[in-house]
Amino acid sequence: MIDSTGSAELDALRLSFEVALRSVAFSLPLAVLAAWLLTRARFPGRLLFDAFVHLPLVLPPVAVGYLLLVLFGTRGVLGGWLRDNLGIVLPFTTAGAALATAVVTFPLMVRAIRLSLENVDRGLEQAAHTLGAGALDRFVTVTLPLMLPGILAGAVTAFAAGLGEFGAVITFAANIPGVTRTLPLALYTAMQSPHGDALALRLALLSLGLALAGLLASELLVRRVRVLLGR
Amino acid sequence: MLQVAASKRYEGFTLQAQFDAPTPGVTALFGRSGSGKTTLINIISGLLPADAARVQLDDQVLTDTQAGIHEPPERRHIGYVFQEPRLFPHLTVSGNLNYGARRARQRPRVVAADEVIALLALAPLLQRRPHQLSGGERQRVSLGRALLAQPRLLLLDEPFASLDAARREELLPYLVALRDRVSIPMVYVSHQFDEVLRLATHVVLLEAGRVLAHGPINEMSLRAELQSIVGPEHVGAVVDGVVTRLDEADGTAELAVGTGTLQISLRAVPVGTRVRLQLLARDIILAVQPVQGLSVRNALASTVLAVDADGYGGILVRLDVGGATVLARITQAARRALHLRPGDAVWTLVKAASTRGHTYPLAPRS
Repeated sequence: MIDSTGSAELDALRLSFEVALRSVAFSLPLAVLAAWLLTRARFPGRLLFDAFVHLPLVLPPVAVGYLLLVLFGTRGVLGGWLRDNLGIVLPFTTAGAALATAVVTFPLMVRAIRLSLENVDRGLEQAAHTLGAGALDRFVTVTLPLMLPGILAGAVTAFAAGLGEFGAVITFAANIPGVTRTLPLALYTAMQSPHGDALALRLALLSLGLALAGLLASELLVRRVRVLLGR
Repeated sequence: MLQVAASKRYEGFTLQAQFDAPTPGVTALFGRSGSGKTTLINIISGLLPADAARVQLDDQVLTDTQAGIHEPPERRHIGYVFQEPRLFPHLTVSGNLNYGARRARQRPRVVAADEVIALLALAPLLQRRPHQLSGGERQRVSLGRALLAQPRLLLLDEPFASLDAARREELLPYLVALRDRVSIPMVYVSHQFDEVLRLATHVVLLEAGRVLAHGPINEMSLRAELQSIVGPEHVGAVVDGVVTRLDEADGTAELAVGTGTLQISLRAVPVGTRVRLQLLARDIILAVQPVQGLSVRNALASTVLAVDADGYGGILVRLDVGGATVLARITQAARRALHLRPGDAVWTLVKAASTRGHTYPLAPRS
Protein backbone atom coordinates (compact mmCIF):
# COMPACT_ATOMS: atom_id res chain seq x y z
CA MET A 1 0.00 0.00 0.00
CA ILE A 2 2.80 2.39 -0.84
CA ASP A 3 1.27 5.64 -1.96
CA SER A 4 3.62 7.02 -4.58
CA THR A 5 1.56 10.09 -5.49
CA GLY A 6 1.10 11.77 -2.07
CA SER A 7 3.95 13.48 -0.34
CA ALA A 8 5.64 11.77 2.59
CA GLU A 9 4.39 14.45 4.99
CA LEU A 10 0.72 14.08 4.02
CA ASP A 11 0.96 10.31 4.17
CA ALA A 12 2.47 10.39 7.63
CA LEU A 13 0.00 13.02 8.81
CA ARG A 14 -3.04 11.10 7.54
CA LEU A 15 -1.74 7.91 9.08
CA SER A 16 -0.97 9.54 12.42
CA PHE A 17 -4.53 10.89 12.55
CA GLU A 18 -5.98 7.51 11.68
CA VAL A 19 -3.90 5.67 14.24
CA ALA A 20 -4.58 8.20 17.01
CA LEU A 21 -8.31 8.29 16.24
CA ARG A 22 -8.69 4.52 16.20
CA SER A 23 -6.65 4.29 19.37
CA VAL A 24 -8.88 6.80 21.20
CA ALA A 25 -12.09 5.22 19.91
CA PHE A 26 -10.92 1.82 21.11
CA SER A 27 -9.62 2.83 24.52
CA LEU A 28 -12.18 5.47 25.60
CA PRO A 29 -14.93 3.09 26.80
CA LEU A 30 -12.33 0.90 28.49
CA ALA A 31 -10.74 3.92 30.16
CA VAL A 32 -14.14 5.02 31.52
CA LEU A 33 -14.69 1.51 32.84
CA ALA A 34 -11.20 1.37 34.40
CA ALA A 35 -11.66 4.81 35.98
CA TRP A 36 -14.99 3.73 37.41
CA LEU A 37 -13.51 0.50 38.80
CA LEU A 38 -10.60 2.39 40.37
CA THR A 39 -12.79 5.10 41.90
CA ARG A 40 -16.01 3.38 42.88
CA ALA A 41 -15.58 -0.38 43.00
CA ARG A 42 -14.21 -2.32 45.94
CA PHE A 43 -12.65 -5.59 44.89
CA PRO A 44 -9.63 -7.66 45.91
CA GLY A 45 -6.56 -6.79 43.88
CA ARG A 46 -7.66 -3.23 43.23
CA LEU A 47 -4.20 -1.92 44.08
CA LEU A 48 -2.59 -4.36 41.65
CA PHE A 49 -5.11 -3.36 38.96
CA ASP A 50 -4.27 0.30 39.59
CA ALA A 51 -0.55 -0.43 39.12
CA PHE A 52 -1.27 -2.48 35.99
CA VAL A 53 -3.27 0.36 34.41
CA HIS A 54 -0.43 2.79 35.05
CA LEU A 55 2.30 0.40 33.89
CA PRO A 56 2.63 1.77 30.32
CA LEU A 57 3.38 5.18 31.80
CA VAL A 58 6.62 3.95 33.35
CA LEU A 59 7.51 1.01 31.09
CA PRO A 60 9.79 1.80 28.10
CA PRO A 61 7.46 1.99 25.05
CA VAL A 62 9.77 -0.42 23.25
CA ALA A 63 9.11 -2.96 26.01
CA VAL A 64 5.37 -2.40 25.60
CA GLY A 65 5.73 -3.02 21.86
CA TYR A 66 7.75 -6.15 22.48
CA LEU A 67 5.24 -7.53 25.00
CA LEU A 68 2.43 -6.84 22.55
CA LEU A 69 4.36 -8.75 19.94
CA VAL A 70 4.68 -11.69 22.33
CA LEU A 71 0.94 -11.59 23.10
CA PHE A 72 -0.53 -10.63 19.71
CA GLY A 73 2.11 -11.96 17.34
CA THR A 74 0.73 -14.58 14.95
CA ARG A 75 2.36 -17.22 17.15
CA GLY A 76 1.40 -15.42 20.38
CA VAL A 77 -1.30 -16.67 22.73
CA LEU A 78 -3.91 -14.11 21.74
CA GLY A 79 -2.60 -13.35 18.27
CA GLY A 80 -3.01 -16.92 17.07
CA TRP A 81 -6.54 -17.14 18.41
CA LEU A 82 -7.52 -13.80 16.84
CA ARG A 83 -6.16 -14.85 13.43
CA ASP A 84 -7.69 -18.32 13.49
CA ASN A 85 -11.13 -17.34 14.79
CA LEU A 86 -11.73 -13.74 13.76
CA GLY A 87 -9.22 -13.32 10.95
CA ILE A 88 -7.66 -10.34 12.70
CA VAL A 89 -3.94 -9.80 12.26
CA LEU A 90 -2.41 -7.01 14.33
CA PRO A 91 1.39 -6.95 13.98
CA PHE A 92 2.68 -4.80 11.09
CA THR A 93 -0.77 -3.33 10.39
CA THR A 94 -2.40 0.07 10.96
CA ALA A 95 -4.75 -1.56 13.46
CA GLY A 96 -1.70 -2.88 15.30
CA ALA A 97 -0.17 0.60 15.39
CA ALA A 98 -3.45 1.86 16.86
CA LEU A 99 -3.43 -0.89 19.51
CA ALA A 100 0.15 -0.09 20.52
CA THR A 101 -0.74 3.60 20.73
CA ALA A 102 -3.88 2.83 22.76
CA VAL A 103 -1.92 0.83 25.31
CA VAL A 104 0.69 3.52 25.79
CA THR A 105 -1.79 6.43 26.06
CA PHE A 106 -4.28 4.49 28.20
CA PRO A 107 -2.94 5.67 31.61
CA LEU A 108 -3.13 9.32 30.51
CA MET A 109 -6.76 8.88 29.63
CA VAL A 110 -7.67 6.97 32.78
CA ARG A 111 -6.03 9.59 35.00
CA ALA A 112 -8.02 12.46 33.50
CA ILE A 113 -11.30 10.55 33.62
CA ARG A 114 -10.69 9.29 37.12
CA LEU A 115 -10.04 12.79 38.38
CA SER A 116 -13.36 14.00 36.97
CA LEU A 117 -15.22 11.02 38.41
CA GLU A 118 -13.78 11.72 41.85
CA ASN A 119 -15.17 15.24 41.57
CA VAL A 120 -18.70 14.09 40.78
CA ASP A 121 -20.94 14.97 43.73
CA ARG A 122 -22.38 11.73 45.06
CA GLY A 123 -25.25 13.79 46.45
CA LEU A 124 -26.49 14.38 42.91
CA GLU A 125 -26.52 10.65 42.26
CA GLN A 126 -28.45 10.16 45.50
CA ALA A 127 -30.96 12.78 44.35
CA ALA A 128 -31.38 10.92 41.05
CA HIS A 129 -31.81 7.71 43.01
CA THR A 130 -34.74 9.12 45.00
CA LEU A 131 -36.21 10.48 41.75
CA GLY A 132 -36.61 6.96 40.43
CA ALA A 133 -33.36 6.35 38.53
CA GLY A 134 -31.76 2.91 38.78
CA ALA A 135 -27.98 2.33 38.74
CA LEU A 136 -27.39 2.37 34.97
CA ASP A 137 -29.89 5.20 34.49
CA ARG A 138 -28.07 7.29 37.11
CA PHE A 139 -24.70 6.62 35.54
CA VAL A 140 -25.84 7.59 32.05
CA THR A 141 -27.96 10.62 32.96
CA VAL A 142 -26.01 12.11 35.87
CA THR A 143 -22.53 10.66 36.41
CA LEU A 144 -21.42 10.51 32.78
CA PRO A 145 -22.50 14.07 31.84
CA LEU A 146 -20.73 15.41 34.94
CA MET A 147 -17.58 13.49 33.98
CA LEU A 148 -17.63 14.99 30.49
CA PRO A 149 -14.87 17.57 31.07
CA GLY A 150 -12.52 14.81 32.21
CA ILE A 151 -13.54 12.46 29.42
CA LEU A 152 -12.95 15.14 26.80
CA ALA A 153 -9.66 16.19 28.33
CA GLY A 154 -8.54 12.57 28.51
CA ALA A 155 -9.56 11.86 24.92
CA VAL A 156 -7.91 14.94 23.46
CA THR A 157 -4.70 14.48 25.46
CA ALA A 158 -4.54 10.82 24.48
CA PHE A 159 -5.22 11.75 20.86
CA ALA A 160 -2.46 14.38 20.84
CA ALA A 161 -0.03 12.02 22.51
CA GLY A 162 -1.11 9.21 20.18
CA LEU A 163 -0.17 11.25 17.11
CA GLY A 164 3.44 10.98 18.21
CA GLU A 165 3.83 7.54 19.73
CA PHE A 166 7.10 6.05 18.48
CA GLY A 167 8.61 3.21 20.45
CA ALA A 168 5.63 0.93 20.86
CA VAL A 169 4.48 1.46 17.27
CA ILE A 170 7.82 0.78 15.60
CA THR A 171 8.40 -2.30 17.74
CA PHE A 172 4.95 -3.86 17.35
CA ALA A 173 3.86 -2.57 13.92
CA ALA A 174 7.22 -1.79 12.28
CA ASN A 175 7.91 1.16 9.96
CA ILE A 176 5.94 0.47 6.79
CA PRO A 177 5.28 3.50 4.55
CA GLY A 178 1.55 4.17 4.22
CA VAL A 179 0.68 1.44 6.74
CA THR A 180 2.43 2.16 10.01
CA ARG A 181 4.84 5.00 9.18
CA THR A 182 3.25 7.72 11.32
CA LEU A 183 4.72 11.22 11.83
CA PRO A 184 7.44 10.30 14.35
CA LEU A 185 8.40 7.24 12.32
CA ALA A 186 8.61 9.29 9.13
CA LEU A 187 10.71 11.84 11.00
CA TYR A 188 13.03 9.12 12.26
CA THR A 189 13.31 7.67 8.74
CA ALA A 190 14.06 11.07 7.23
CA MET A 191 16.80 11.61 9.79
CA GLN A 192 18.37 8.30 8.84
CA SER A 193 18.42 9.03 5.10
CA PRO A 194 21.33 11.04 3.60
CA HIS A 195 19.23 13.88 2.05
CA GLY A 196 16.35 13.91 4.50
CA ASP A 197 17.26 16.96 6.59
CA ALA A 198 14.70 19.30 5.05
CA LEU A 199 11.95 16.69 5.29
CA ALA A 200 12.90 15.94 8.91
CA LEU A 201 12.62 19.62 9.81
CA ARG A 202 9.24 19.95 8.12
CA LEU A 203 7.98 16.86 9.95
CA ALA A 204 9.31 18.09 13.28
CA LEU A 205 7.58 21.46 12.85
CA LEU A 206 4.38 19.69 11.84
CA SER A 207 4.54 17.60 15.02
CA LEU A 208 5.11 20.68 17.10
CA GLY A 209 2.11 22.47 15.57
CA LEU A 210 -0.14 19.47 16.04
CA ALA A 211 0.84 18.97 19.66
CA LEU A 212 0.22 22.64 20.42
CA ALA A 213 -3.15 22.62 18.64
CA GLY A 214 -4.13 19.47 20.50
CA LEU A 215 -3.36 20.89 23.91
CA LEU A 216 -5.13 24.18 23.14
CA ALA A 217 -8.17 22.38 21.79
CA SER A 218 -8.33 20.27 24.93
CA GLU A 219 -8.17 23.31 27.20
CA LEU A 220 -10.82 25.23 25.23
CA LEU A 221 -13.14 22.25 25.07
CA VAL A 222 -12.92 21.64 28.79
CA ARG A 223 -13.61 25.30 29.55
CA ARG A 224 -16.62 25.27 27.26
CA VAL A 225 -18.08 22.21 28.95
CA ARG A 226 -17.39 23.61 32.42
CA VAL A 227 -19.40 26.70 31.53
CA LEU A 228 -22.21 24.45 30.36
CA LEU A 229 -22.08 22.64 33.66
CA GLY A 230 -22.13 25.92 35.50
CA ARG A 231 -18.77 25.72 37.23
CA MET B 1 -49.61 5.60 58.38
CA LEU B 2 -45.85 5.50 58.19
CA GLN B 3 -44.37 3.09 60.71
CA VAL B 4 -40.65 3.25 61.36
CA ALA B 5 -38.42 1.19 63.62
CA ALA B 6 -34.70 1.38 63.00
CA SER B 7 -31.37 0.85 64.63
CA LYS B 8 -28.00 1.86 63.29
CA ARG B 9 -24.66 1.95 65.03
CA TYR B 10 -21.81 4.25 64.08
CA GLU B 11 -18.65 4.88 65.98
CA GLY B 12 -19.74 6.91 68.98
CA PHE B 13 -23.37 7.08 67.94
CA THR B 14 -26.26 4.67 68.20
CA LEU B 15 -29.64 5.23 66.65
CA GLN B 16 -32.48 3.24 68.15
CA ALA B 17 -35.72 4.82 67.11
CA GLN B 18 -39.33 3.92 66.62
CA PHE B 19 -42.28 6.11 65.70
CA ASP B 20 -45.48 6.30 63.70
CA ALA B 21 -46.47 9.20 61.48
CA PRO B 22 -49.99 9.80 60.17
CA THR B 23 -50.60 9.87 56.41
CA PRO B 24 -51.65 12.38 55.31
CA GLY B 25 -50.07 14.76 57.77
CA VAL B 26 -46.82 16.59 58.38
CA THR B 27 -44.59 14.97 60.96
CA ALA B 28 -41.57 16.85 62.24
CA LEU B 29 -38.49 15.00 63.38
CA PHE B 30 -37.35 17.48 65.95
CA GLY B 31 -34.05 17.42 67.77
CA ARG B 32 -30.67 19.07 68.03
CA SER B 33 -28.00 18.43 65.41
CA GLY B 34 -26.50 15.00 65.84
CA SER B 35 -29.68 13.53 67.30
CA GLY B 36 -30.10 11.16 64.35
CA LYS B 37 -32.76 12.97 62.35
CA THR B 38 -31.03 12.76 58.99
CA THR B 39 -29.91 9.18 59.60
CA LEU B 40 -33.53 8.29 60.24
CA ILE B 41 -34.90 9.79 57.02
CA ASN B 42 -32.04 8.30 55.03
CA ILE B 43 -33.17 4.91 56.32
CA ILE B 44 -36.78 5.72 55.37
CA SER B 45 -35.68 6.73 51.87
CA GLY B 46 -33.69 3.50 51.50
CA LEU B 47 -30.46 5.41 50.75
CA LEU B 48 -28.88 4.24 53.99
CA PRO B 49 -29.01 0.59 54.99
CA ALA B 50 -29.82 0.14 58.67
CA ASP B 51 -28.41 -2.53 60.96
CA ALA B 52 -31.99 -3.54 61.68
CA ALA B 53 -35.09 -1.80 60.47
CA ARG B 54 -38.72 -2.07 59.55
CA VAL B 55 -40.31 0.65 57.49
CA GLN B 56 -43.90 0.39 56.41
CA LEU B 57 -45.77 3.02 54.42
CA ASP B 58 -49.51 2.45 54.54
CA ASP B 59 -49.87 -1.20 53.47
CA GLN B 60 -46.47 -1.62 51.84
CA VAL B 61 -43.40 -2.90 53.68
CA LEU B 62 -40.40 -1.00 52.27
CA THR B 63 -37.72 -2.33 54.58
CA ASP B 64 -37.74 -5.36 56.80
CA THR B 65 -34.24 -6.56 57.63
CA GLN B 66 -35.61 -9.63 59.37
CA ALA B 67 -37.61 -10.72 56.37
CA GLY B 68 -34.82 -9.66 54.00
CA ILE B 69 -36.96 -6.99 52.33
CA HIS B 70 -35.24 -3.90 50.98
CA GLU B 71 -37.12 -2.01 48.30
CA PRO B 72 -34.49 0.02 46.41
CA PRO B 73 -34.85 3.82 46.68
CA GLU B 74 -35.77 4.23 43.00
CA ARG B 75 -38.84 2.04 43.53
CA ARG B 76 -39.98 3.56 46.84
CA HIS B 77 -41.45 6.69 45.30
CA ILE B 78 -40.40 8.71 48.29
CA GLY B 79 -39.47 12.29 47.45
CA TYR B 80 -36.43 13.74 49.19
CA VAL B 81 -35.57 17.40 49.54
CA PHE B 82 -32.01 17.61 50.82
CA GLN B 83 -30.38 20.34 52.89
CA GLU B 84 -28.59 21.55 49.77
CA PRO B 85 -30.73 21.76 46.63
CA ARG B 86 -28.66 19.15 44.73
CA LEU B 87 -29.88 20.34 41.35
CA PHE B 88 -28.33 18.70 38.30
CA PRO B 89 -25.93 21.36 36.98
CA HIS B 90 -25.98 20.02 33.43
CA LEU B 91 -29.75 20.41 33.10
CA THR B 92 -31.97 23.49 33.00
CA VAL B 93 -34.59 24.07 35.68
CA SER B 94 -37.10 22.50 33.35
CA GLY B 95 -34.79 19.52 32.81
CA ASN B 96 -34.42 19.13 36.54
CA LEU B 97 -38.18 19.22 37.06
CA ASN B 98 -38.69 16.66 34.31
CA TYR B 99 -36.08 14.28 35.65
CA GLY B 100 -38.34 12.72 38.23
CA ALA B 101 -41.54 13.46 36.32
CA ARG B 102 -40.40 11.46 33.28
CA ARG B 103 -39.64 8.45 35.45
CA ALA B 104 -43.05 8.69 37.13
CA ARG B 105 -45.27 8.55 34.04
CA GLN B 106 -46.79 5.24 35.02
CA ARG B 107 -47.52 6.39 38.54
CA PRO B 108 -50.83 7.63 39.87
CA ARG B 109 -50.89 11.41 39.55
CA VAL B 110 -50.63 13.11 42.95
CA VAL B 111 -49.96 16.60 41.69
CA ALA B 112 -49.99 18.28 38.26
CA ALA B 113 -46.94 20.01 36.77
CA ASP B 114 -48.86 23.26 36.21
CA GLU B 115 -49.95 23.29 39.82
CA VAL B 116 -46.43 22.78 41.16
CA ILE B 117 -45.01 25.43 38.84
CA ALA B 118 -47.70 27.89 39.89
CA LEU B 119 -47.48 27.07 43.60
CA LEU B 120 -43.70 27.47 43.71
CA ALA B 121 -43.61 30.36 41.19
CA LEU B 122 -41.20 28.49 38.94
CA ALA B 123 -42.45 29.70 35.56
CA PRO B 124 -39.85 32.49 35.12
CA LEU B 125 -37.02 30.12 36.04
CA LEU B 126 -37.71 27.22 33.69
CA GLN B 127 -35.08 27.98 31.06
CA ARG B 128 -32.34 28.92 33.51
CA ARG B 129 -29.43 26.83 34.70
CA PRO B 130 -29.06 26.02 38.41
CA HIS B 131 -25.97 28.24 38.75
CA GLN B 132 -28.02 31.22 37.61
CA LEU B 133 -30.47 30.87 40.52
CA SER B 134 -30.43 32.30 44.02
CA GLY B 135 -30.30 29.98 47.02
CA GLY B 136 -34.02 30.28 47.67
CA GLU B 137 -34.90 29.69 44.03
CA ARG B 138 -32.73 26.59 43.94
CA GLN B 139 -34.47 25.11 46.94
CA ARG B 140 -37.86 25.85 45.35
CA VAL B 141 -36.81 23.99 42.20
CA SER B 142 -35.56 21.12 44.32
CA LEU B 143 -38.93 20.98 46.05
CA GLY B 144 -40.76 21.06 42.72
CA ARG B 145 -38.54 18.36 41.29
CA ALA B 146 -39.28 16.05 44.22
CA LEU B 147 -43.02 16.70 43.96
CA LEU B 148 -43.22 16.04 40.22
CA ALA B 149 -41.85 12.54 40.78
CA GLN B 150 -45.35 11.95 42.22
CA PRO B 151 -44.13 10.73 45.60
CA ARG B 152 -46.23 8.87 48.15
CA LEU B 153 -44.24 10.53 50.90
CA LEU B 154 -42.03 13.60 50.93
CA LEU B 155 -38.94 13.77 53.14
CA LEU B 156 -37.51 17.21 53.86
CA ASP B 157 -34.14 17.47 55.55
CA GLU B 158 -33.90 21.00 56.96
CA PRO B 159 -34.53 22.51 53.54
CA PHE B 160 -33.78 25.97 54.89
CA ALA B 161 -30.48 25.10 56.54
CA SER B 162 -28.40 26.61 53.77
CA LEU B 163 -30.48 29.81 53.61
CA ASP B 164 -30.34 32.99 55.66
CA ALA B 165 -33.28 34.06 57.85
CA ALA B 166 -34.80 36.32 55.21
CA ARG B 167 -34.77 33.60 52.51
CA ARG B 168 -36.24 31.20 55.04
CA GLU B 169 -39.16 33.53 55.72
CA GLU B 170 -39.60 33.80 51.95
CA LEU B 171 -39.67 30.06 51.41
CA LEU B 172 -41.77 28.95 54.40
CA PRO B 173 -45.08 30.20 52.94
CA TYR B 174 -44.45 28.07 49.83
CA LEU B 175 -44.14 25.02 52.01
CA VAL B 176 -47.25 25.95 53.98
CA ALA B 177 -49.18 26.40 50.73
CA LEU B 178 -47.91 23.07 49.53
CA ARG B 179 -48.98 21.35 52.71
CA ASP B 180 -52.49 22.78 52.41
CA ARG B 181 -53.02 22.18 48.69
CA VAL B 182 -51.27 18.90 48.04
CA SER B 183 -52.13 15.89 50.11
CA ILE B 184 -48.69 14.28 50.17
CA PRO B 185 -47.66 13.17 53.64
CA MET B 186 -44.42 14.76 54.75
CA VAL B 187 -41.68 14.00 57.23
CA TYR B 188 -39.87 17.17 58.03
CA VAL B 189 -36.51 17.37 59.78
CA SER B 190 -35.86 20.50 61.77
CA HIS B 191 -34.10 21.88 64.79
CA GLN B 192 -36.12 25.12 64.81
CA PHE B 193 -39.32 24.88 66.79
CA ASP B 194 -40.95 27.87 65.08
CA GLU B 195 -40.64 26.03 61.74
CA VAL B 196 -42.17 22.95 63.29
CA LEU B 197 -44.97 25.06 64.75
CA ARG B 198 -45.81 26.51 61.37
CA LEU B 199 -45.70 23.27 59.42
CA ALA B 200 -46.17 20.15 61.44
CA THR B 201 -49.23 18.35 62.73
CA HIS B 202 -47.17 15.74 64.55
CA VAL B 203 -43.79 15.82 66.25
CA VAL B 204 -41.19 13.17 67.01
CA LEU B 205 -38.79 14.37 69.71
CA LEU B 206 -35.33 12.94 69.12
CA GLU B 207 -32.30 13.08 71.34
CA ALA B 208 -29.00 11.23 70.95
CA GLY B 209 -30.50 8.69 68.57
CA ARG B 210 -33.54 7.95 70.71
CA VAL B 211 -37.17 8.93 70.44
CA LEU B 212 -38.14 10.79 73.61
CA ALA B 213 -41.79 11.10 72.66
CA HIS B 214 -44.01 11.34 69.60
CA GLY B 215 -47.54 12.51 68.98
CA PRO B 216 -49.68 15.51 67.97
CA ILE B 217 -47.85 18.81 68.28
CA ASN B 218 -50.22 20.14 70.99
CA GLU B 219 -49.43 17.20 73.21
CA MET B 220 -45.71 17.31 72.50
CA SER B 221 -45.53 20.98 73.42
CA LEU B 222 -46.56 20.07 76.97
CA ARG B 223 -43.95 17.34 77.40
CA ALA B 224 -41.10 18.00 79.79
CA GLU B 225 -38.76 16.28 77.26
CA LEU B 226 -39.15 19.23 74.90
CA GLN B 227 -37.31 21.42 77.40
CA SER B 228 -34.14 19.41 77.06
CA ILE B 229 -34.13 20.14 73.31
CA VAL B 230 -35.29 23.76 73.11
CA GLY B 231 -34.22 24.92 76.56
CA PRO B 232 -36.50 26.14 79.37
CA GLU B 233 -36.85 29.61 77.83
CA HIS B 234 -38.59 28.30 74.73
CA VAL B 235 -41.15 25.84 76.07
CA GLY B 236 -44.78 26.76 75.80
CA ALA B 237 -48.13 25.19 75.07
CA VAL B 238 -49.26 25.04 71.47
CA VAL B 239 -52.98 25.80 71.36
CA ASP B 240 -55.46 25.89 68.49
CA GLY B 241 -58.28 28.35 68.09
CA VAL B 242 -60.76 29.76 65.59
CA VAL B 243 -60.85 33.45 64.68
CA THR B 244 -64.18 34.86 65.87
CA ARG B 245 -63.62 38.59 65.53
CA LEU B 246 -61.10 40.73 63.73
CA ASP B 247 -60.02 44.29 64.44
CA GLU B 248 -57.99 45.34 61.43
CA ALA B 249 -57.32 48.83 62.81
CA ASP B 250 -55.78 47.43 65.99
CA GLY B 251 -54.17 44.46 64.27
CA THR B 252 -55.72 42.13 66.78
CA ALA B 253 -58.09 39.21 66.60
CA GLU B 254 -60.21 37.29 69.04
CA LEU B 255 -59.87 33.56 69.08
CA ALA B 256 -62.13 30.94 70.52
CA VAL B 257 -59.76 28.63 72.44
CA GLY B 258 -61.51 25.88 74.34
CA THR B 259 -64.45 27.59 76.00
CA GLY B 260 -62.61 30.87 76.44
CA THR B 261 -61.65 33.81 74.28
CA LEU B 262 -58.10 34.95 73.61
CA GLN B 263 -57.06 38.24 72.08
CA ILE B 264 -53.86 38.08 70.03
CA SER B 265 -51.94 40.12 67.48
CA LEU B 266 -53.07 38.91 64.08
CA ARG B 267 -53.77 40.55 60.75
CA ALA B 268 -55.37 39.70 57.43
CA VAL B 269 -56.94 36.42 58.41
CA PRO B 270 -60.66 35.96 57.76
CA VAL B 271 -63.10 35.11 60.54
CA GLY B 272 -63.49 31.35 60.86
CA THR B 273 -59.82 30.55 60.12
CA ARG B 274 -58.25 27.94 62.31
CA VAL B 275 -55.17 29.34 63.95
CA ARG B 276 -52.39 27.67 65.89
CA LEU B 277 -50.22 29.55 68.31
CA GLN B 278 -47.67 28.96 70.98
CA LEU B 279 -47.99 30.59 74.40
CA LEU B 280 -44.45 30.68 75.73
CA ALA B 281 -44.45 29.60 79.37
CA ARG B 282 -42.10 32.42 80.34
CA ASP B 283 -44.58 35.02 78.98
CA ILE B 284 -47.54 33.83 81.08
CA ILE B 285 -48.42 35.65 84.29
CA LEU B 286 -50.51 34.06 87.03
CA ALA B 287 -52.75 35.92 89.49
CA VAL B 288 -54.68 34.47 92.38
CA GLN B 289 -57.27 37.27 92.25
CA PRO B 290 -58.73 39.46 89.48
CA VAL B 291 -56.36 42.26 88.54
CA GLN B 292 -57.09 45.73 87.22
CA GLY B 293 -55.17 48.50 85.56
CA LEU B 294 -52.79 46.30 83.61
CA SER B 295 -52.00 46.45 79.90
CA VAL B 296 -52.49 42.69 79.63
CA ARG B 297 -55.42 41.98 77.29
CA ASN B 298 -56.26 38.49 78.43
CA ALA B 299 -57.18 37.39 81.93
CA LEU B 300 -58.50 33.86 81.72
CA ALA B 301 -60.11 31.90 84.53
CA SER B 302 -58.10 28.71 84.95
CA THR B 303 -57.43 25.77 87.21
CA VAL B 304 -53.99 24.62 88.28
CA LEU B 305 -53.38 21.04 87.12
CA ALA B 306 -49.83 20.51 88.33
CA VAL B 307 -46.93 22.42 89.83
CA ASP B 308 -43.48 20.97 89.18
CA ALA B 309 -39.86 21.97 89.36
CA ASP B 310 -38.71 22.29 85.73
CA GLY B 311 -35.21 21.02 86.43
CA TYR B 312 -33.68 24.36 85.48
CA GLY B 313 -34.29 26.19 88.76
CA GLY B 314 -37.79 27.34 87.88
CA ILE B 315 -41.34 26.10 88.38
CA LEU B 316 -43.55 24.91 85.54
CA VAL B 317 -47.27 25.27 86.24
CA ARG B 318 -49.69 23.31 84.12
CA LEU B 319 -53.08 24.98 83.80
CA ASP B 320 -56.48 24.12 82.45
CA VAL B 321 -57.78 27.18 80.62
CA GLY B 322 -61.31 26.48 79.47
CA GLY B 323 -60.37 23.02 78.23
CA ALA B 324 -57.01 23.97 76.72
CA THR B 325 -53.79 23.15 78.56
CA VAL B 326 -51.33 25.99 79.04
CA LEU B 327 -47.89 26.07 80.69
CA ALA B 328 -46.61 28.92 82.84
CA ARG B 329 -43.05 29.28 84.07
CA ILE B 330 -42.68 31.10 87.39
CA THR B 331 -39.92 31.45 89.94
CA GLN B 332 -39.75 29.46 93.16
CA ALA B 333 -40.32 32.68 95.09
CA ALA B 334 -43.53 33.33 93.15
CA ARG B 335 -44.72 29.85 93.88
CA ARG B 336 -44.15 30.34 97.61
CA ALA B 337 -45.87 33.71 97.60
CA LEU B 338 -48.94 32.41 95.76
CA HIS B 339 -49.10 29.02 97.55
CA LEU B 340 -49.99 27.36 94.24
CA ARG B 341 -51.41 23.83 94.48
CA PRO B 342 -53.20 21.58 92.00
CA GLY B 343 -56.92 22.39 91.96
CA ASP B 344 -56.42 26.09 92.76
CA ALA B 345 -58.39 28.60 90.72
CA VAL B 346 -56.13 31.26 89.19
CA TRP B 347 -56.21 33.92 86.50
CA THR B 348 -53.93 33.29 83.55
CA LEU B 349 -52.71 36.54 82.04
CA VAL B 350 -51.59 36.51 78.40
CA LYS B 351 -50.22 39.55 76.59
CA ALA B 352 -51.82 39.87 73.16
CA ALA B 353 -48.52 41.20 71.81
CA SER B 354 -46.48 38.18 72.95
CA THR B 355 -48.36 35.63 70.86
CA ARG B 356 -48.13 34.99 67.22
CA GLY B 357 -50.65 32.94 65.33
CA HIS B 358 -50.05 30.65 62.41
CA THR B 359 -52.75 29.47 60.12
CA TYR B 360 -53.65 25.99 61.09
CA PRO B 361 -52.95 22.93 58.98
CA LEU B 362 -56.02 21.55 57.27
CA ALA B 363 -55.68 18.17 58.91
CA PRO B 364 -57.95 18.05 61.94
CA ARG B 365 -56.59 16.92 65.28
CA SER B 366 -56.32 13.16 65.17
